[in-house]
Amino acid sequence: MTTLSETLRRPRIDSTNGVWLALGMTLIIGGILVATDGGSLFGQNSTVSLLQRAAGLGIVAVGQTFAILAGSLDLSVAYVISLTSLIAAETMAGSDGRVLPAILAVVAVSGAIGLVNGLLITKLRINAFIATLGVGLLIKGYLEQGYAGPAGSVPVSFQHLGYDRVGPVPVAFLLFIGVAAVAWLVIKRSRFGHHLIATGGDLDVARLSGVRTDWVLIRTHIVCSLCAGIAGLYLASRLGAGAPRVGAEGGYDLESIAAVVLGGTVLAGGKGGVAGTVGGVLLLAVIDGIFNQLAVDPFFKQVVRGVVIVAAVAIYALRLRRKVVRKAAAA
Amino acid sequence: MHDVGKSFYGVSVLSNVDIDVHPGEVHAVVGENGAGKSTLMKIASGVYQPDSGSVRIGGEPVLLHNPRAAQAAGVGIIHQEFNLLPERTVAENVFLGREPTRRGLVDRRTMRERTAELLASVGAETVRPTDRVGALGVAQQQVVEIVKALSLDARVLIMDEPTAALADHEVELLYALVRRLQARGIGILYVSHRLAEVFDLSSRITVLKDGRRVVTVDTADATPEALVRHMVGRELASYYPPKASKPGTALVTLAGAGNGRLRPIDLELRSGEVLGVGGLQGSGRSALARALFGAPGFSAGQMTLDGKPVRPRSPRQAVRAGIAYVTEDRKGEGLALSQSVLDNALLASRAATPRWFGGGARTTSVRDLLAAVEVHAAGADQEVRYLSGGNQQKVVLARWLAMKPRVLLFDEPTRGIDVGAKAAIHELIRDLADKGAAVLMISSELPELLGMSDRIVVMRDGALAGELPGDASEEAVLSLATGTPHEVPA
Repeated sequence: MTTLSETLRRPRIDSTNGVWLALGMTLIIGGILVATDGGSLFGQNSTVSLLQRAAGLGIVAVGQTFAILAGSLDLSVAYVISLTSLIAAETMAGSDGRVLPAILAVVAVSGAIGLVNGLLITKLRINAFIATLGVGLLIKGYLEQGYAGPAGSVPVSFQHLGYDRVGPVPVAFLLFIGVAAVAWLVIKRSRFGHHLIATGGDLDVARLSGVRTDWVLIRTHIVCSLCAGIAGLYLASRLGAGAPRVGAEGGYDLESIAAVVLGGTVLAGGKGGVAGTVGGVLLLAVIDGIFNQLAVDPFFKQVVRGVVIVAAVAIYALRLRRKVVRKAAAA
Repeated sequence: MHDVGKSFYGVSVLSNVDIDVHPGEVHAVVGENGAGKSTLMKIASGVYQPDSGSVRIGGEPVLLHNPRAAQAAGVGIIHQEFNLLPERTVAENVFLGREPTRRGLVDRRTMRERTAELLASVGAETVRPTDRVGALGVAQQQVVEIVKALSLDARVLIMDEPTAALADHEVELLYALVRRLQARGIGILYVSHRLAEVFDLSSRITVLKDGRRVVTVDTADATPEALVRHMVGRELASYYPPKASKPGTALVTLAGAGNGRLRPIDLELRSGEVLGVGGLQGSGRSALARALFGAPGFSAGQMTLDGKPVRPRSPRQAVRAGIAYVTEDRKGEGLALSQSVLDNALLASRAATPRWFGGGARTTSVRDLLAAVEVHAAGADQEVRYLSGGNQQKVVLARWLAMKPRVLLFDEPTRGIDVGAKAAIHELIRDLADKGAAVLMISSELPELLGMSDRIVVMRDGALAGELPGDASEEAVLSLATGTPHEVPA
């Protein structure tokens, strides 16, 4: 259907494929650095742990991509992860037969939290930042009240999710890619996806075009929380138990946002996608992996991550500004 | 018959208004801002619900509870501000909210094909369904809006100030499009401030004033003077204040001044004079005004103010040098919409000369200025967003007058402002020049440009295309602006 010239015109280097470029460069430079240090970035062990790390954050970040694309944000994901890891482990209580009920419980609870987030934002018109932070703190309070440390236990059968691999690729990473693929399809090809991007792009335009924006935002937050719930299941499987602080200590809230933004999704919503987020997650994991191999001071590691995130956003902003000026000059 | 009739009783904004559109008819609605045009259009498009009265389409009474219901009933609206998503494609915008699906997924091929058909049906084959809307020009975006309305099988199309954002040559394209829609039997409600358009396009004209219908006339029987009289309720003696009696003395000179957007320009702004700047949109008119204002400034050549070299590199420096800039984007750049009239009027003085104490005297003088320019607001603490365009512009003016500027740069000073307020703005501008200020005024509206200016320069492609006396003809300006010979005006 499309002509040759159209096809040639289309691949603009925009923010979402920029992150893959950055990822490639980081892999090359990091590989060389680690090699000169006498290690190997692409060895079996380091690759596996890198992908393991990416899986948990990745699933959360895919959910966060929905929220951010819709012009919203979810700061409660870290606590949802902790909570669902506990729900999973306590419901399973080491018994194989209770895996399914545990999964259903996690889906129900995380979905309900997303529903609450969405209702607070749309019906009470509370800013997403505050609404999800509030819900997050509420869960945190509950966790701190009820749990001093890890609780529940996961049967061995369920730990396959956390430890099995196919070749060098952990099953959990495949799960992440699967979740991302479904998300990609939903965003690109479903009506919900179109409405989601429209809502994030301009709420009024979407509403005046007949999109039920409230309903879109509510569904978006349910999806985002469900993703956090899946991550909670994965962490429970990995730890063998539920842990009340695993989400907050892993920094899943801000890191998931960072991964989305690194991936080129505009923080204000309406532009971006899951492909970029996958790149952002991998980039963060690779940087982590490199520093672990080089045994770099963890504080310095944080500094570099901060610089990378700020630099990425600055580059996107610059590029956007240049584009605007060019357009104005052409007009 | 696809008539829309409606009436309202006892509503303050709008009362007892009847209006009807026949298939294939362009029915123009004119009136000053605040006359109720927008409210009427919003009721017809389902954004507001009438307190009384009814809407009928094709003789059937319909209830338009929301925009979606209005769409379903066959009412499409082209808003003054475009309702499009710049980051999405044309097809995605056209079918937003109604994406066709196949096996649960959005059927992008059908979307593209139907968008292409619709585009072709309005003669806009140059726009492709896969184009990103943000990459299109303003006129093309408007085509997308119209196509979006058509995709709903609109039988009635409401166009709210459709030419407000268009350059002169794009207006012609819109005219052609409107006639095409007309030929398809679509009834069009055409809201505009520009009487010339109304006379060109419509077959009937309804004048609204203070929420009431003053008169509905056949265009053939109407005259602009009579319409203006109906709109403002008084006769405007002449459209424009008298011009400067004597040539002014040079206040600002540019010698070879240019920047990334402007080729080297030699120009003089004289005190006591209104210098009109004509040209198409994107010809560098606004870039020139912005460069004088340091936003961004000139990067080459000389600029002098009162014989002394200056080169404002930021608006702040320009303001301190006595230069004021009234932007064409009043709502985006001109005003803090959610702040009060007073805060907006005080913005520049507060920024340029901050002080801890003694702000009271300044506030008093700004209040006087607001009164002097006759801002009609509920009070000085009313949010500026609730004012009409004309009153908003007066607030911007008061802000700059507080700085006692010697050079005033106006970019489309009366865009989106109704006839009565327009005359007031014109008088204020002329008054400033008479008091010795050097005024530069950019305008896309040729009658305004010719009516106000003592001298006119026309820009094309970032350079001065030529200079004309204040009594030049429209054709002369257009031929310079488009670069076509005089005999063939664009």
